[in-house]
Amino acid sequence: MENVNFLYDLLGKNVISVLLIVSLPLMFVLVYALIAILAELKVSAWIQERLGPMRTGPWGILQPIAEVVKLIQKEDITPDRSSKLLYNLAPFIIFTGAYAAFAVIPFSEYFVPAGINLGLFYIFAVGSISAIGIVMGGWASNNKYSLMGAMRSVAQLISYEIPAAMAVLSIVVLASTMNMQEINKIQSGWFWNWFIFGGPGTLAKLWVIPFTLGLGLIYFISSLAETNRVPFDIPEGESELVAGFHTEYSGMKFAMFFFAEYANMFVVAAVLTTIFLGGWNSPFGDFMQGPFWGVFWFVSKAFTVVLVQIWIRWTLPRFRVDQLMYIGWKVLLPLSFICFMAVSLYVMLK
Amino acid sequence: MSDIKRLDLEYSQLESDRMRINVGPQHPSTHGVLRLEVEVDGEIVTEVVPHLGYLHRCFEKHCEKMTYLQVIPYIDRLDYISAMNNEWPYVMALEKLMDIKVTDKVEYIRVIMAELNRIANHQIAVATFGLDAGAFTPFLFFFRDREYIIWILEKMSGARLLYNYFRVGGLAADVYPGFKEDCLNIVKQVRKTNAEVMDLLIYNKIFIQRSANVGILTPEVAINFACSGPVLRGSGVKFDLRKDEPYSIYDRFDFDIPVGTGEVGVVGDCWNRNMVRVNEMEQSCRIIEQAIAQMPDEGDVKALVPKRIKPPKGEVYMRAENPKGELGFYIVSNGTDKPERIKARGASFVNLSVIPEISKGYMFADLILILGSIDIVLGEVDR
Repeated sequence: MENVNFLYDLLGKNVISVLLIVSLPLMFVLVYALIAILAELKVSAWIQERLGPMRTGPWGILQPIAEVVKLIQKEDITPDRSSKLLYNLAPFIIFTGAYAAFAVIPFSEYFVPAGINLGLFYIFAVGSISAIGIVMGGWASNNKYSLMGAMRSVAQLISYEIPAAMAVLSIVVLASTMNMQEINKIQSGWFWNWFIFGGPGTLAKLWVIPFTLGLGLIYFISSLAETNRVPFDIPEGESELVAGFHTEYSGMKFAMFFFAEYANMFVVAAVLTTIFLGGWNSPFGDFMQGPFWGVFWFVSKAFTVVLVQIWIRWTLPRFRVDQLMYIGWKVLLPLSFICFMAVSLYVMLK
Repeated sequence: MSDIKRLDLEYSQLESDRMRINVGPQHPSTHGVLRLEVEVDGEIVTEVVPHLGYLHRCFEKHCEKMTYLQVIPYIDRLDYISAMNNEWPYVMALEKLMDIKVTDKVEYIRVIMAELNRIANHQIAVATFGLDAGAFTPFLFFFRDREYIIWILEKMSGARLLYNYFRVGGLAADVYPGFKEDCLNIVKQVRKTNAEVMDLLIYNKIFIQRSANVGILTPEVAINFACSGPVLRGSGVKFDLRKDEPYSIYDRFDFDIPVGTGEVGVVGDCWNRNMVRVNEMEQSCRIIEQAIAQMPDEGDVKALVPKRIKPPKGEVYMRAENPKGELGFYIVSNGTDKPERIKARGASFVNLSVIPEISKGYMFADLILILGSIDIVLGEVDR
């Protein structure tokens, strides 16, 4: 557990360094969310042969800031017959769930907010907090659409956590650790050492590559469902449920849901990057390898995954709720078990 | 044995409560101010009651105070996204009553206008159907193309949406220079986009899973409910007034009537109704191409327009194939320049009545798709 944090080396282990470490990811999330919102606006525009926002700032790059300012100015509406406490608490709980996961995400060789040994387990544990927030928001709104959205959302989160957990568990078997920093260190070297390509090993690993690729895909699909993105955006399917569980929310509370969604997108992308795509490792051996470049590689890999999520959102239609359950329980879950067994066999034979 | 019986009883007592949801009048997917009172058992729809009248504008009563010419702008506002098509049966009815035979050039321009407007209407229908299924991008592709069609219609009539272009015995204005090239370019563009949307939406696996085998309308039910247009043809009934009761000059063109084939799913499901519209766009393109080739250049489109429309005493019913289905006007004339009574038979209103029949037992998300596949415009439903 030595050398996990460059700030401890610089400032020593005191209150200031701890506070800095806690607030660094928050600053990152705020900046990232603005960039992701802009990316969503621009990528959707380019896909649809539009220009997207062009008026606010050069090429509209200030649009996310304008949106945030707009949301701050909006009236904060609390429905008359809602459960006030739960209603007001829900957005914060959802954001807490999304932000708590950042504690174990290794941004670089020398920076991970909390280098705990059960990092992956912790991510799954805190990730489920969002479900509670969604149910609270949906139930407390006292709106039938919100209620239906919340019920769908929780069913979806619980169903898709299992294939995602199986995919992650397979990598844990390969790496024999749950510490995300350790998993990254194992994958150093060229990109064929990444776990999506079977991890480091001799040519004997060739037969396990299809299974690890499949695991990567299973995790990615499940992560789309966990973050309520298209084609699994059934909880907030605008054509049926208006806006799902956050129908009644306005102003900054709505913005919290929005932030939480984008933060969640980054969390799943970061987990995918860490366990499958080599995390902060350079894809090309020692080229541009190092603590500073690690941040660059990690953020660009994770942001590429986020861009793929955005790309899918603007291309595909939406599933129906029973089809979603079918895919989760009857397709992804058996496939993830098969991959898990194949990977376990590979580890036993190694 | 007795144990199992006891369990059965307990299970029956666990029957869930049914919830009544109000879909509309303000809802993203009701295509206007329609209100559906839906009873759901969990996610399964058990009952649908459409409530109409939020856009009622007393069209029929209004017309009794207007001269015949003043009625035309009101007719635009029935099915406001295919206004050209709406005007046609009305002016045809009056021409029949007054015994006016319009010139060939007028007929060709009317056909081209109506078919362009039909393409524009089907583009909206397919686009919003995709939007109901969650696909946003095809929606904007279609709207981009529809804009070019609207530019042509605007150049012809002066208005983007509510044209007021057809006149009894003629048209409000002649074609502009370069009209033929514009139309041919549009046809090319429409075909290109349709090919693109085929890949992106129509044959998309998710989209097929969503819309095939959903909202099955059997031919018998469709005929019993007097459905018409793509809703009827999606059920496999080959009925199109342009072919079966050729009005104007439709007998001069070579085109097919697309019907639901059950290519994926069952004949009469949402996917087939939608597919009929996509195929009809192609047939409209064919008609436009033929009409452009045959259209005479000489002729005054206003020559036969009477100064004062005063049809003789009598009554007339004229119907035409609107993009939404059969639109008919029943006009009673009392010999003055104002109609005694005008009754419109709108396709959207009739097609909407089939919703409670075909949406029971499907999921709530399917109900939205079924509504989208019926393609209603509330201006025509409520009038």
